[in-house]
Amino acid sequence: MRLLAWGFDLLLAAGLLWLAWQALFTPRRFSAVVNFMAFYLLMALVWVRLDAPDIALAEAAIGAGVTGALLLTALGRLPAGTSTGADPRRWQRPLQILAMAGAAMAALWLAWAAYQLPRPGLAAEVTAALDATGVSHGVTAVLLNLRAFDTFLEIVIMLAAVVLVWSLGPPLRAFAPATALPGLPALSHLLHPLFLLVPAYLLWRGTHAPGGAFPAGAVMGAGGVLLLLTDAAPWIYLRRHRLLLHLLLSSGMALFLAVALGGMLMTGTFFAIPLHLAPTLIMAVEVATGLSIALMLMAFYLLGEPGQ
Amino acid sequence: MTEALHWLGYGLVIAGILFFLAGSLGLLRFPDVFTRLHALTKADNLGLGLICLGLAFQASGLAEAVKYLLIWLLMLVASGIGATLIASTALACGLAPRQADTPSNTMTSERPAPK
Repeated sequence: MRLLAWGFDLLLAAGLLWLAWQALFTPRRFSAVVNFMAFYLLMALVWVRLDAPDIALAEAAIGAGVTGALLLTALGRLPAGTSTGADPRRWQRPLQILAMAGAAMAALWLAWAAYQLPRPGLAAEVTAALDATGVSHGVTAVLLNLRAFDTFLEIVIMLAAVVLVWSLGPPLRAFAPATALPGLPALSHLLHPLFLLVPAYLLWRGTHAPGGAFPAGAVMGAGGVLLLLTDAAPWIYLRRHRLLLHLLLSSGMALFLAVALGGMLMTGTFFAIPLHLAPTLIMAVEVATGLSIALMLMAFYLLGEPGQ
Repeated sequence: MTEALHWLGYGLVIAGILFFLAGSLGLLRFPDVFTRLHALTKADNLGLGLICLGLAFQASGLAEAVKYLLIWLLMLVASGIGATLIASTALACGLAPRQADTPSNTMTSERPAPK
């Protein structure tokens, strides 16, 4: 059984390297995108093998699902006939070899640094501090209490990415399907209750088991993308909803910041949450960031600022 | 009883893997979009169903078993509608299904046409 697990892990690692190579160096853009999506699915499997289901959930939903769909949409908008990508010129060869050698050196150095890390990790210390955090799941405790500042910065980075994407041009409506089939609208109608139910379940689960804001936001964002693809959310393009959209997009960050500043007022330390308020506040921050993440993933899909 | 269910679960998972292999073989070997979709959706959905059923037999409780079956149900809906969309878009974009006597243009574009 142990041998089988070793074989599976080796196969996984080899597949990961091969897919990464394909995604970077295959000449056809479409197969590069498909290889990229398959890479993230395998990556999610790797996280499962490393006993990190939280990261696996987020990786599969954001890496393979939402990013893949975004890349495919961008690909569909490129003019036909330009679908050959990487074709290095002769003078680029030495640079390419240099870059590859540098990447290999960095990978070796990172592997060595990871090997040098203290062996059992910080899991025991997190478990010891769990009673002071207000939640009963280690990952949620780290993400939203012990290292909340890091998570806050992640939300800020996502918001900055939305601003960047929106600054590129006008919003683009999804292309109508080539044939008017009832299947796609029916699918989105059928799945919408589930796109609300599953994130609610993941958010609730986040307090005591793998789940939480990022996977919930990713699932809800996927539902939002489906809405945009079926052109069922025309309100998002209206000028009078612009302010509301901006408020909703930044609500997760705003609530997070308010909690951090409130903690500073009450205890004197930035991002210190008083224990008796912690469960409620963490849940509120999770809900707000989950909604914000969902809307941000949807906002990437608009490819430009609506309501201009 | 539980022991028997456990072994039945293993059998179903292995049968499901065989269907997945057949579907993947079809995806690689069949000549055009429509036949590939046919192989992929039919064989893989059946394979996934068998795997989910096998895992449900080995599940620790009813809630877990129902979740496995829900996964299969969602995949059935999504892949059925997805396959219909792909096929109808391919047809609307002018990819003709391969007929018995007229070789399709997707496969034979590199080969010389038979005289």
